[in-house]
Amino acid sequence: MSVISIFFTALFYISLIVFLVGMARKIHQFWITPAPLKIPTAPTPLTQTGVVMRMMREVVLFESLFKANKWIWLFGWLFHFGLLLVLIRHIRYFWPGDLPDIFLLTQPFKYAAFAMVIGLVGLMLRRIFVERIRYISAPSDHLMLIMLLIIGVSGAVMTFTSNHTDIIMVKEFASGLVSFNWANLPTEVHFLVHIFLVFVLMAVFPISKLLHVPGIFFSPTLNQVDDARSKRHISPWALKQEQEHATRLEQTLGKDE
Amino acid sequence: MAKEFDIPVLPTYLEIPELKEGIMDGEGPFKSVQEFQNPLGFPGEKVDNWQQVAIDKMGELKSKYRSVQVFLDSCVKCGACTDKCHYFLGSSDPKNMPVARQDLFRSVYRRHFTFAGKYFPKLVGAKELDDDMLDDWYNYFHQCSQCRRCSVFCPYGIDTAEISMAAREVLDAVGIGQKYCNQILGKALTIGNNLGLPEPALRDTLLDLEEEIEEETGGVAVKYPLDQKGAEILLITPSADFFAEPHIDGLIGYGKVFHQDGVSWTLSSYASEGANFGMFIGSYDVMRKAALRIRKAALDLEVSRVMVGECGHAWRVAYSFWNTLSGAGAGATDEFAQKLQDQLDHRYPQPQHIIEYTHDLIQRGKLSFDKSANDDRIVTFHDSCNVARATNMGGIPSGQFILPRDVIKAVCNNYVDMERSTIKEATFCCGGGGGLLTDDLMEIRVKGAMPRMQALKAVERDNGVNTLAAICAICKSQFSKVLPKFDFDPYMIVSVHQLVSEAIIMDKPQTAVQKDEPQTDTDDVTSTETAET
Repeated sequence: MSVISIFFTALFYISLIVFLVGMARKIHQFWITPAPLKIPTAPTPLTQTGVVMRMMREVVLFESLFKANKWIWLFGWLFHFGLLLVLIRHIRYFWPGDLPDIFLLTQPFKYAAFAMVIGLVGLMLRRIFVERIRYISAPSDHLMLIMLLIIGVSGAVMTFTSNHTDIIMVKEFASGLVSFNWANLPTEVHFLVHIFLVFVLMAVFPISKLLHVPGIFFSPTLNQVDDARSKRHISPWALKQEQEHATRLEQTLGKDE
Repeated sequence: MAKEFDIPVLPTYLEIPELKEGIMDGEGPFKSVQEFQNPLGFPGEKVDNWQQVAIDKMGELKSKYRSVQVFLDSCVKCGACTDKCHYFLGSSDPKNMPVARQDLFRSVYRRHFTFAGKYFPKLVGAKELDDDMLDDWYNYFHQCSQCRRCSVFCPYGIDTAEISMAAREVLDAVGIGQKYCNQILGKALTIGNNLGLPEPALRDTLLDLEEEIEEETGGVAVKYPLDQKGAEILLITPSADFFAEPHIDGLIGYGKVFHQDGVSWTLSSYASEGANFGMFIGSYDVMRKAALRIRKAALDLEVSRVMVGECGHAWRVAYSFWNTLSGAGAGATDEFAQKLQDQLDHRYPQPQHIIEYTHDLIQRGKLSFDKSANDDRIVTFHDSCNVARATNMGGIPSGQFILPRDVIKAVCNNYVDMERSTIKEATFCCGGGGGLLTDDLMEIRVKGAMPRMQALKAVERDNGVNTLAAICAICKSQFSKVLPKFDFDPYMIVSVHQLVSEAIIMDKPQTAVQKDEPQTDTDDVTSTETAET
């Protein structure tokens, strides 16, 4: 194996471990942090089924964002939906051996790259030209978009222009990562840039705003059932405090009666 | 005392303003002093090691509140919320954009609690909690009414109110409290109401009210029982209902409805306050303390139902939090909560809102109205933020929007809604909520009222609306103050139960039966000659 192949192979595993460990720790942190009060935001679902439906609408259709701002919704949704289709199509590279026939259907998904890039360009233009969004942007917000854009464009260049890379080699390299059957990878610059940034993206996932991915599922304003009157909702720390009569105010304002 | 400022001009269409950085910079509201801080368990003045105390408190809060932790991590700065805050729309100060307000807190969180913020602060916009930042916290977290409008539009449901409450809790912990809220809490937790109105004064007020109603109705003895043991209903209402206009007209309305239903009810002098400012300062403990007073009153008076009057955040605390704080609904384990459980009548929702109660009576045809009494009014309804975005009524989806409108339409012939994007879950705050209803914050209160005033101006112009009904004590007080500043009649704000009060047909006492009762509208209410008891 070439040095560069060894480097990228190692980088993949390092990024993957950082991603998995980081995300596991973060999700665990979200999980164990109690939500002491019922704070769902209207329009609130009154049943657990309603909550599931609401989360589905938020995750799949970006319902609240649609209500908020049609442009951000359009670009944001185009980007995410495009990314999803492109990711599905990428399974072919990591799949060891022959692909199941079902994956033939994902061939047209390559065009989703355009949706993804258009979405990213739109979001970027807004971030630069809309004064109030520019005001709230940190350098990392711009960088994140630039990084995704380079990933998207370099991928599209390999797919839709004559700058193809050796797809057989890519398949051997990528599926080798999964089956620990390591192989050399093609060395075209745009390909190397593409995968390098993907690995970087994986590594920064747990320490960046990409935490919105698990975050949305833990958001109490979205995931709580509006049934406070009929069901008692209490957090462990509050229950303990209640059982031990440990409210600090007792020293000043008298005991609980 | 107050600095001069320009009253915003009401635009024909609400536009997103250009940013005017620093326009709302300032000292913030009057700061609390030792005498108000210590009873709540807060230091009386800024502690020496305040930075350490603040960072420790932040760490504690993010480990106790999932909302804080998840919201700090999840924001992607998409900008969806940037034009949703009434204080931003009214003031143009970029730090009043929800995400920018959160970032005051988030940037410090990043600096102290995240990898990226510790090692690459510039890259991710992480900042140190220095004197300037602390001043910004105090100033801008007291320009948030915790109305949660931003949360409705955020793709992750991020609720600035949660961050705002956390920030105020940190400020209190380092000894920088807000005078208005903390002084009021001292009264509420010792005397039992925000005004510091002791039992004899309250009793006098209620007696005066009884006399007034008897005179006005030509001899109907509507009673306002206080501390009456064994009554069926304990009414918990904001103390503004006892003395302020137009609140008191709402209280008159409640009394008349109770009277017509023939139910026994009572107020409590020990817990004569529905408002719970513990929510505004973000303190679970303080909020719980206030809720426990109400539980004690309910136990002492042996009532079987607890009802809440027209008060926005009181209803949020009661509906969403009471069951958690004091076990007022179901499933609590401590002995007092269980005692209350056994005592309450579970055929009714506990607690119940006065609107739910009146609505139910109307549905069952137990009240009769002369709707023409309100014919001089063209009414619109202001959805108060806490009721609209944080509670429910009637146990039906979006009942908190439906029931109050139903009640208004049952007693008025002319009703118009304001523009859809300014009502219901997207309602604009009155500008005075969240502990901001104090004269030292008049500038932000007036500016923050602009979006609601703009929507009101539109229905005044197009539909001749001359009455604004609300079910929140803070909204009513705020509107009374700011309506004239936007060239509205200050008296156009009314309690919903004031409209009920004007139209309700009271049973005359048997001795003075009048044969020539006015003809009533029997469109949607059946009149009953006598109240069933």
